[in-house]
Amino acid sequence: MTEESRHNESVYTPTEMMIVSAARALSGARIVFVGVGLPNIACNLARQTVAPDLELIYEAGVYGAQPARLPLSIGDPTLVSGATSVVPMADLFGLYLQGGLVEAALLGGAQIDRFGNLNTSVIGGYDAPKVRLPGSGGACEIAVNAQRILYIMSLKKRAFVEKLDFCTTPGHVNGGNERERLGMPGAGPQVVITDKAIFDFANEEHEMQLVSLSAGVTIEQVHAEMGWRVKQAESIVETAAPTEYELRLLRTELDPSGIYLHG
Amino acid sequence: MADKRLSLSEAIAEYVSDGMSVAIEGFTAFICFAAGHEIIRQGRRNLTLIRMTPDLIYDQMIAAGVARKLVFSYLGNPGVGSLHCIRRAIEKDIPAPLEIEEYSHYGMVGRYIAGATRLPFFPLRSYLGSDMPNVNEQIRFVESPYTQEKIAVVPPLNPDVAIIHAQRADIQGNTHLWGLLGVQKEVAFAARKVIVVVEELVEEAVIRADPNRTLIPGLIVDAVVHVPYGAYPSYVQGYYDRDNAFYLEWDKISRSHEHTQVWLDEWVYGVADHAEYVRKLGITTFERIVPGSAPAAPVDYGAYR
Repeated sequence: MTEESRHNESVYTPTEMMIVSAARALSGARIVFVGVGLPNIACNLARQTVAPDLELIYEAGVYGAQPARLPLSIGDPTLVSGATSVVPMADLFGLYLQGGLVEAALLGGAQIDRFGNLNTSVIGGYDAPKVRLPGSGGACEIAVNAQRILYIMSLKKRAFVEKLDFCTTPGHVNGGNERERLGMPGAGPQVVITDKAIFDFANEEHEMQLVSLSAGVTIEQVHAEMGWRVKQAESIVETAAPTEYELRLLRTELDPSGIYLHG
Repeated sequence: MADKRLSLSEAIAEYVSDGMSVAIEGFTAFICFAAGHEIIRQGRRNLTLIRMTPDLIYDQMIAAGVARKLVFSYLGNPGVGSLHCIRRAIEKDIPAPLEIEEYSHYGMVGRYIAGATRLPFFPLRSYLGSDMPNVNEQIRFVESPYTQEKIAVVPPLNPDVAIIHAQRADIQGNTHLWGLLGVQKEVAFAARKVIVVVEELVEEAVIRADPNRTLIPGLIVDAVVHVPYGAYPSYVQGYYDRDNAFYLEWDKISRSHEHTQVWLDEWVYGVADHAEYVRKLGITTFERIVPGSAPAAPVDYGAYR
């Protein structure tokens, strides 16, 4: 992004659009499970706009974090200082997450399929992987237990695949009422927010469907970045552009050095 | 009153032997790099390394060839990216093949709890619909005897040795820790031997003045080691920040096996102990990571006589 456009708040990047959309998806939420990077910025933006009562939970064992700087890792000490409570991870996963208190969680990964199942483990075979990825962390149990899951990831053909190399984290599994049948407490993936378009799962099969396009993005461009012919909702709308207020918060308060916005 | 003080080299020589399972825990914080480096210097081999998040310390130890197997739940350089040395071991068998046993975070937490409480398994709501149980036969499902629902279980984990870093302890090993509590308590109670490494040794009275802060009792501690900055380049809440610049630098160093070995030669094999490592890093490194002050209000436990 050029210096000139940085100062023109009506111009925004696809990444900024994605973060703003994720923040808006948290409208009215009270308790959200946060990862570092884009989810972290989105949650902090939500707290200052659509979800003023939002409490941030980090898997490191922090409830009610109020980070005074942009956390550089999931266990950054700025998450501890000034938090409402810091607890053993046994309590965080047992009492808070499995106890049903987490309303929403933001996740992302290397590969996602049409039912919102996620791969963060390997590219290639598990025993002889081409690329060894980080694995689950807390994602698997977060996806099972959080009341709803929001995905935030860039729309890329290598990420939106017909078939995962490995399912680390269940979404709607094989679709339909499979989650319920397996006994998962949470409702699973509700929305996938990308840098080009937004998808939801609001159909009987719980299959990903296109609901919204960023300004200037065509349906053909979306199809070109997906490994299967994605369903379309009955009406597809244009994603509302970021407001000047949202952009100002992002650029001047939440990520002033542009680590995530322009990295 | 038992005085359990040892030097770090004595503690590693005494309690960590070839072929053992070792857990150096601490979630992003309190990672005892001092102990990891001493294990490398003492040339241990065929260890099973256990950590939820292997972090840079296990990347370095695995590059140095101390491990045969890794048990973990998140394999990343936190906030930065990949752990390149461990990836090389898994993807290319460099410097040697590495067996892995993989869980989710709550699965690892549950394994430590089952180990600490001497139970045969720990039940958790996870792994449903995931491929993880297909590649790790230790993750299983049982039917609840009460509701007939299917629930995942993981087996107990009892490491031969746990190494815990903390702010302060007395010479018996009664340990105060504040900040991210992680799984330090659970792994300490689960392990057969426990080494506590601290920033400060304090009088027993300091511990007794604030008993709610005693995460680990001396009862289960075998050795107490005093190593200031022993968790560098990770952090100790209130004492020093993580050296994020080094975490970024490691991403570059660790991309080649050769550069990694050059780094290990200079910064691990090339120094006698952690104190020399700290001197070699120099005062400017530590000035850079001094946090501001944010003291808690004092609490009054009351005197009941």
